Amino acid sequence: MIAFIIRRLFASIGVLIAVGLIAFLLFRYVGDPVNQMVGIETPESERVALRQQLGLNDPTIVQAFRFLAHAARLDFGISYQFKQPVSELIGARMPATLELAFVASIMSLVTGIPMGVYTALRRKSALAKLFEALSLVGISLPTFLIGILLIYLFSVTLGWLPSFGRGDVVHIGSWWTTGLLTASGLKSIIMPAITLALFQMTLIMRLVRAEMLEVLRADYIRFARARGLSERKVHFRHALKNTLVPVITVVGLQLGSIVAFSIITETVFSWPGMGQLFLQSVQNVDIPIMAAYLLFIAFLFVIINLVVDLLYAAVDPRLRVAIHGA
Amino acid sequence: MLLDMMAPWAALARRLAFASRLALALAGGAVLTGATLVPSAEATTLRFAFQGELKAVDPYALMESFSLSVGTAVYEGLIRRGPDLEIEPCLATSWETLDPLHWRFHLRKGVKFHNGEDFTADDVVFSAQRLHTQGSDLKNMVASDTKVVKVDDHTVDFILTHPDPLLMAQWEDWGIFSQKWSEEHGATEATAMNATTPPYAALHANGTGPFILVSHEPGVKTVWKKNPNWWDTPKHNLDEVVFTPIPSNATRVAALLSGEIDWMDPVPLPDQARVNANPGTQVMAGPELRTIFLGFDQMRPELGHSNVKGKNPFKDVRVRKAFYQAIDEEAIKTKVMRGLATPAALLIAPSLYSESKDFKRIPFDPEASKKLLGEAGYPEGFEVQLDCPNDRYVNDEAICQAVVGMLARVGIKIDLVAEPKSKFFARILGVGGYDTSFYLLGWTPATYESYNVFQYNIQCRDEKGNGGHNNIGGYCNPKVDQLANEALQEPDQEKRDDIFKKAWQIALFDDVGYVPLHQQALAWGVSKKVHVIQRPDNAYIFAWVNMD
Repeated sequence: MIAFIIRRLFASIGVLIAVGLIAFLLFRYVGDPVNQMVGIETPESERVALRQQLGLNDPTIVQAFRFLAHAARLDFGISYQFKQPVSELIGARMPATLELAFVASIMSLVTGIPMGVYTALRRKSALAKLFEALSLVGISLPTFLIGILLIYLFSVTLGWLPSFGRGDVVHIGSWWTTGLLTASGLKSIIMPAITLALFQMTLIMRLVRAEMLEVLRADYIRFARARGLSERKVHFRHALKNTLVPVITVVGLQLGSIVAFSIITETVFSWPGMGQLFLQSVQNVDIPIMAAYLLFIAFLFVIINLVVDLLYAAVDPRLRVAIHGA
Repeated sequence: MLLDMMAPWAALARRLAFASRLALALAGGAVLTGATLVPSAEATTLRFAFQGELKAVDPYALMESFSLSVGTAVYEGLIRRGPDLEIEPCLATSWETLDPLHWRFHLRKGVKFHNGEDFTADDVVFSAQRLHTQGSDLKNMVASDTKVVKVDDHTVDFILTHPDPLLMAQWEDWGIFSQKWSEEHGATEATAMNATTPPYAALHANGTGPFILVSHEPGVKTVWKKNPNWWDTPKHNLDEVVFTPIPSNATRVAALLSGEIDWMDPVPLPDQARVNANPGTQVMAGPELRTIFLGFDQMRPELGHSNVKGKNPFKDVRVRKAFYQAIDEEAIKTKVMRGLATPAALLIAPSLYSESKDFKRIPFDPEASKKLLGEAGYPEGFEVQLDCPNDRYVNDEAICQAVVGMLARVGIKIDLVAEPKSKFFARILGVGGYDTSFYLLGWTPATYESYNVFQYNIQCRDEKGNGGHNNIGGYCNPKVDQLANEALQEPDQEKRDDIFKKAWQIALFDDVGYVPLHQQALAWGVSKKVHVIQRPDNAYIFAWVNMD
C-alpha cells in the first residue's frame, strides 16, 4: 500500500512538472507582459531593461525551470500587475472560490439526488418529465448566459439579490474569509452558486436516474420484493444505497472541475475568487499568477485522483490484491 | 483539460461580450423598476465601478490613466487641473520663471500628510528623485538632467538644461510623497519589479489629498475615507468611496440599474439606451481626448505584409491620400460608433488645440481615391494587412472591419488581423520591431497639447526607435520636426499654436502622414442622485462628487 502511494506521488510530481512546462510554452503566445506593465510612452530602452530584469529574455525552458525550482520552495514570485507575492494573492482569493464550489456542490447534491430518484421511480409522471426537460436546459445552456439571465431577473427586475461581489466577509483565523456568516454574503452567493451548480445538478440527476434504473432491475431487488419488504425499504435501503457508490466517485472528481470551471461564473458575477484573478492575469499577461494558478489546479486534480484511487483500493477488494501483488 | 482551458481566452472574452448583448436583448422586454437593493447607510458612500482593476496605489508604478487619475484622490501634485483642464495651484501656490531654464515654485504652507507630518520642500526634492528610481514608470515627469533644489522650507527651484514651457503639463499626476514616511517604510524606490519583499507603497499610501486610503485588496476592492484635515475646502460631501472592478459589461450595467453602484465606466454602446430609459440612472457622454487614427509604414523599402514587392506603395503620398479619401468617417461614426464619436481632422482633440476649427477632414471621395491609385500605378489596387487591437478602444475591431469594406470599394484588399492588446502592442511597437504595414492606433497627449503628439507620433525616428518612438509607421519630414521644436521653445501660447498650425498642415494635409478618424465618446453611467463632473480626459475626481 505504501509503495503504491509513493509511486503515485512520484507520478503526481511528474504531472505537475509537465503542467508547468506546457504552461510556459503556451505563455509565449499570450503577448508581451512588459507592454502591460508600462505606459505606451515608455521608451524601448526601458522596456528592454525591464525584460532583462524579469528574465524574459532567457529561453523558455530556462524560465520554466527557474519557475519550477522556486515553486518547489513554494515561492511563486511577485505578480507583474499587482506587485504583490503571488502566493498571497491566490491565498486571499482561495476562500471565495472554495466556498462557492462547496455551496454549489451541496446544492447540486441536495437537489440532484432526489430529482434523480424521483424520475427513476415515477418515470411516467408529469413532474419527472419536467425534471428531465429542465436537465436538458441545464446541460445545454452555457453558464455565462444562465448567470446573466439570473442577474437580469433577480437583481435588475426584482431587486432581490446583488448582482456582483461577495458581500461583507468575516475573517476567520489569519487568512480565511467567509461570506457565509453575513446576510449580504449569503445573499451574494445564491446566484453564483446556482449558476455553478446547475450543470452538476443535471449530471447527478441523470446519473442517479440511470444507476437507479439499473439497480432496480437487479436480482437482489427482486428478492427483496419477494421477501415482502415495503417499497420504501426496497427503494431507499437497498436500491439507493447501491446507486450512490458511483455517484460519490463522480461527485468527488467533479469537485476539481467545479473549482477549475468557476472562472466563468466568477467573471460574470465579479466574484473575487481565483478564477477571476486568473482571467485578469491572462488579460494582463501576468505570467507568475497564470503559472501558479495552473499548477494549483493541476495539484488539485492530482490530489483528488489520488484520494479516489486510494478509496477505490479501500472499497474494492480485487484492486487491493492487485496493488499488493505489484 | 488544462490545455483546453488555456487557449481560447480572447475568444471567450468576446463570447462573453456577445452573450451580454444577447441577454440584454432577451431581457429587453422586462419592465424595469428602479429597485434599490442596498439601503443607504448613515455615512455618504460613493460606490464606483470600472471595467479594469486598480493596478497600483503607488502612482509611480504605472503610467496608466485610470490608476493615475484615481491616485490623485490620495496624492496631490504641485499643480492640479480644473473642470476644463485649466492648470490650478495645488501644493504649489505660485511659480515664476526666473529665466527660461530656472523655475521657482512657492509651496503651500500648513499642508499635512495623512499621517500628520508637515509637507515641505524636502518632500518635493525627494519625490523628484523617486521619479527616477528603478521601477518608476513616470520618469518623463521631470527630465533626469533637471536639478531640483530646495531654497527654503517652502521654495523649490527647478533648473533645466533646455527650455520647456510644458514643464508642469503632466504634474497633476506626479503625486508628492513624504520623504520621512517613505524612508521609514522602505518605500524610497518606486515599486521595483525584482523586489523580493512586497513593496510597502503598493498597499499603503500617505499623501496630502482629499481622501485617505483605508484598504486596498488588489483586483477586488479599494476603500478611501474623507480626509478631515485637507488643506482645501471640500467641494464634495462624501464620507467614503468604495471602488470595485466589474469586468463583465452586462454585470456592470446590471449593478448600476439595480442601484448597487452609483457611478461606473464605461457604459457599452448597446446598453446606453437602457441606462437612460431606467428612471434612476443616466449616461453622461462627452467627447474624449483620445484620437483614433490609421497609420502607414512609410519607412521600409518594401512592406512586410503586402503583395507589392520591391517597393513600398505607402511612400507615395497619392496612395496615402487615396486611402484617406476612400474611408467614410461619417459612416463609421453613425453605423459603428452609433453617433458617439467626433470625426477628427487632426491627431489632437479640438478642445486641446485652439486652431482646430480651421482644419477640415480631406473629403470622402471614392472616385478621387481610385484616380489617385491609378496615377500612383495601382489601378487594380493591392493587398495589405491591417493590424488592429480588439480590446483596447471603443469598437476597435468593428472600425477596422468597416475600413476593410470601404477600401475594398476602391480595389484595396485588406487582410485584417485583430488581436488582443497584449499581442497587438507587443508586435507593432518598438519592442516588436514595428512589425506592421498598416495599423489602427489611439493617442491621448498626456500633456494636453500638440507637442506631445509630434514628439511621440510624428517626429522622425530611426530603425531602433530613437526619436519619435511611437511613430510606428516612421513618417518623417524634417521640416515638421523643425517647426515642432520651434514651437516648443516659444513661451507664448498663441504664437505656439500658429507654429503648430503650419506643422499640422504639412504633416496631415500636404503629406497625409496619417488618417485621423475620430475622438471616441466617454460614456459614464451614473445614478441620478450622484452629481459628478466629467472632464474630457476621463479623470475620475472623487473630490468633485456630491450625493443627494
